[in-house]
Amino acid sequence: MLPRSQEPDTSTSETVIDCRVDKIHYGDFLAVRDSVIPIEKNKITGFIGPSGCGKSTVLRCLNRMNDLIHSFRFEGQVLYHDQDIYAKDVDPVVVRRYIGMVFQQPNPFSMSIYDNVAFGLRLNRFKGDLDKKVEKALKRAALWNEVKDKLKASGLSLSGGQQQRLCIARAIAPEPDVLLMDEPCSALDPIATRQIEELMLELKNRYTVAIVTHNMQQAMRVADKTAFFSVDISQGGRTGYLVEMGNTDQVFENPQETLTKEYISGEFS
Amino acid sequence: MKDLKTPKQLRKEGWKELNLKREPFEIRSLSNTTFTGVTWTLALLAAVPLFSIIFMLLKNGGARLFGPEFFSVLTELPPAGFEMGGGIGPAIVGTLVMVAIASTIAIPMGILTAVSIKMLGSDSKLARAAHFTAKVLTGFPSILAGVFVYAVLVISFGYSALAGGVALAVLMLPTIIIATEEALGQVPKRMTDAAFGMGCTRTQVMWKIILPTALPGIMTGVMLAVAGAAGESAPLLFTALFSNYYLSQMNEPTASLSVLIYNFSGMPFDNQIELAWTASLVLVIIVLIFNIFARVISRKKT
Repeated sequence: MLPRSQEPDTSTSETVIDCRVDKIHYGDFLAVRDSVIPIEKNKITGFIGPSGCGKSTVLRCLNRMNDLIHSFRFEGQVLYHDQDIYAKDVDPVVVRRYIGMVFQQPNPFSMSIYDNVAFGLRLNRFKGDLDKKVEKALKRAALWNEVKDKLKASGLSLSGGQQQRLCIARAIAPEPDVLLMDEPCSALDPIATRQIEELMLELKNRYTVAIVTHNMQQAMRVADKTAFFSVDISQGGRTGYLVEMGNTDQVFENPQETLTKEYISGEFS
Repeated sequence: MKDLKTPKQLRKEGWKELNLKREPFEIRSLSNTTFTGVTWTLALLAAVPLFSIIFMLLKNGGARLFGPEFFSVLTELPPAGFEMGGGIGPAIVGTLVMVAIASTIAIPMGILTAVSIKMLGSDSKLARAAHFTAKVLTGFPSILAGVFVYAVLVISFGYSALAGGVALAVLMLPTIIIATEEALGQVPKRMTDAAFGMGCTRTQVMWKIILPTALPGIMTGVMLAVAGAAGESAPLLFTALFSNYYLSQMNEPTASLSVLIYNFSGMPFDNQIELAWTASLVLVIIVLIFNIFARVISRKKT
């Protein structure tokens, strides 16, 4: 198991994103209800829960990626440094420059490795030493040694694990404030997964990280805080909601809710 | 079909009866062989017209083109009545110029139309109407493009290379729109998601990610449209007419290979008929070059 640097007291940390979901709809379908998830600075917050519990949906609300889905409706607030990113006058494009994202499937652009990493910097009209920035991002993503001699090669020519690290390099190159990761390891083998997990623990010193994972061991290994979601089928539909959230140790070793206890011990999936 | 023994039966007999050999005279194998044979025969039959055309072109037009007259055939003016020799120079230039005019109009217009259809999205009535119109226009009889341009341009300004180019552009436009739309649609959604996630606006996603990624596919469609336009004769009959001389101005009747083939093949002179064959061969070679070019570009895919 990887070493986890756990601060002794985790309650005093600053909240970067305070996500307060009342209701999330896709058309008429109520996908998520009543969930409050504070994301704290320089910590990794893990979202766990069974399939269809809305953990990815909630994560994608944090940088308004769900706006791309037409039927999506959000009720509630997502306070990013005390500003509601769902306020009418907020531009989602600007939000996403501060809150970056890494996706489930590695998705490098069909361009060179260098251009992939430089993409966000160019987008932000970065003036300065682009080469240096690209190198730094690739080093931070633990990919530099593998690609330093072929920066002109296509990003798509890399292996799956390398592609995912390239996507992480691309996401962190413009130095976002928060990094959202939606099951970043689900398409990767255990070795690549381990590399990404080590990387996440590095990254949290600089950034705030929120990660959705299917893998509870992964949440235990990397997350400081864990949010457990479940599905409520009592109202007819399948509506996800937050069951419990706390320090990872506490959630896994001493869960307060029966549902959490059952899920963690594998009694229900 | 011979009955295969089930694992259950074989297990009982201790797997001694297990037969994995190929049985060529079993119905299953026979039908497989027959079907393969039929497919091959049909494929060869389909290729017969193509190869016989090329054969005829080389036989009847090749001698003139690949002989000592190579240069004069490609540059000289077409011969009159009983005159010998002569060439198809004006027609080659006319075809290339009119295709160039058509491309200048149709390529940017077609690509931009496809881009705006995609950006409007399939929810938009305007986008759906534009898509439907383009789709219908791909099946448009080419002569109608000629008649259309005749009514719009030729009646007031006379026959010209410009009118010919516009008629060809009308024909190219729907092909380019549909091909571009298709190529844009093939850019994986996860790639555009990534771009949105980086903080791109919709316009930036289109110009920085979708268009560059789709470019090889777009180029293939464009080249096919160009090749198709180069071979068109019907729309040019109404718009560019024909000329025996090199093009000097854009507003005068202009020669083209396809119309030259049409004119000369009906003449009672051997020399002209031979030139029509040569012109056909040259046209096929031009179209072939465009197609090879399209292939090379689309294969550059990363």
